[in-house]
Amino acid sequence: MAHYFTIFFDSVFVDNIALTFFLGMCTFIAVSKKVDTAIMLGIAVVAVEFITVPVNNILYNVLLKEGALAWAGYPELDLSFLGLITYIGVIAAIVQILEMFLDKYFPALYNALGIFLPLITVNCAILGASLFMVERDYNFGESTVYGIGVGVGFGIALALLAGIREKLVYSDMPKALRGVGATFIVVGLMAMSFQAFSGLQF
Amino acid sequence: MANAKDALLDPLFNNNPIALQILGICSALAVTNKMSTALTMSIAVILVIACSNAAVSAIRNHIPNSVRIIVQMTIIATLVIIVDQMLKAYAYEMSKQLSVYVGLIITNCIVMGRAEAYAMKNPVYESFLDGIGNGLGYSLILLIVAFIRELFGSGSFFGLTILNPVNNDGWYVTNGLMLLAPSAFFLIGFIIWALRTWKPELQE
Repeated sequence: MAHYFTIFFDSVFVDNIALTFFLGMCTFIAVSKKVDTAIMLGIAVVAVEFITVPVNNILYNVLLKEGALAWAGYPELDLSFLGLITYIGVIAAIVQILEMFLDKYFPALYNALGIFLPLITVNCAILGASLFMVERDYNFGESTVYGIGVGVGFGIALALLAGIREKLVYSDMPKALRGVGATFIVVGLMAMSFQAFSGLQF
Repeated sequence: MANAKDALLDPLFNNNPIALQILGICSALAVTNKMSTALTMSIAVILVIACSNAAVSAIRNHIPNSVRIIVQMTIIATLVIIVDQMLKAYAYEMSKQLSVYVGLIITNCIVMGRAEAYAMKNPVYESFLDGIGNGLGYSLILLIVAFIRELFGSGSFFGLTILNPVNNDGWYVTNGLMLLAPSAFFLIGFIIWALRTWKPELQE
């Protein structure tokens, strides 16, 4: 149990996917102008990560890993080079299914999320989480916890940045620094503060 | 030929993908603590963008509109797999250091964005040049950031010692922050600031 807690805590704070690994930056900068939309996108990311990371984990272990096809009579096959195209296909398909499912059963939520769901397909944080899962050799349980953790970490960072940017509009900065330039510097300061968590041990 | 020249040179300063369109930062910052990784990453991205732009442009009149994203994605993913396998075969150490970031070229918004915005409407040759131009614009920022981070972070350039660090009996006290994640954000922020001071028409 403690092991799972460590994975969760690590992926939310210490190894925050946005602030430590720089993943999902395009969305991170583009959709952090208002807190409401930032939280919406955060929820969508958690939902998508929670499904895609475990599914990719199953696919990797059952089909792609070296020797994984032994059950089908091909113990010498190593299909791991097909990994990238498989994961991105799975992500695109799951986002599409999730979109149709929400449209049918939760139209209010679907309308609120709007454009963000399809946008998530090309978010590097989603593909990145699957690739890290493979690189660190997580099993099914670990990858589920990791998926949720990454999503929550991204959501928290996004909501915090949006809060800061809402206030930043009122500050008097050099003209050339306004907008994106200042946002990068704020993100840098946030990344420094998140590194303070790295001393924590369980 | 003016058109081709614009396609190649415009993305370097006037329409730089990282500093102005804010695309493709995701994989850019993580590989910039050393010149060698940044250079490898730049070459990989230029190859992928140029080839994917040319390929998408060559079949642009045959792609049904409703499935174009999937088609572009498949072309890009195939090219990235080729690059990844080449790196693993011929530069294994480098491929270990770049870890997942080579794979993440697939979701690099520059590649996807250029395929969608430029290659779908323009002929093959211009698209190819546009790809190289955008790749160079990306590489330019990447190499500037990597140069500053490696020089001040470890006192070296491509692994050669320039400023002899203290723990090597030298005089230079290395700036540890430069090797950590936040410095990359600061540097990009400052580059954007400098670029917009130089070209005021780009300000928000």
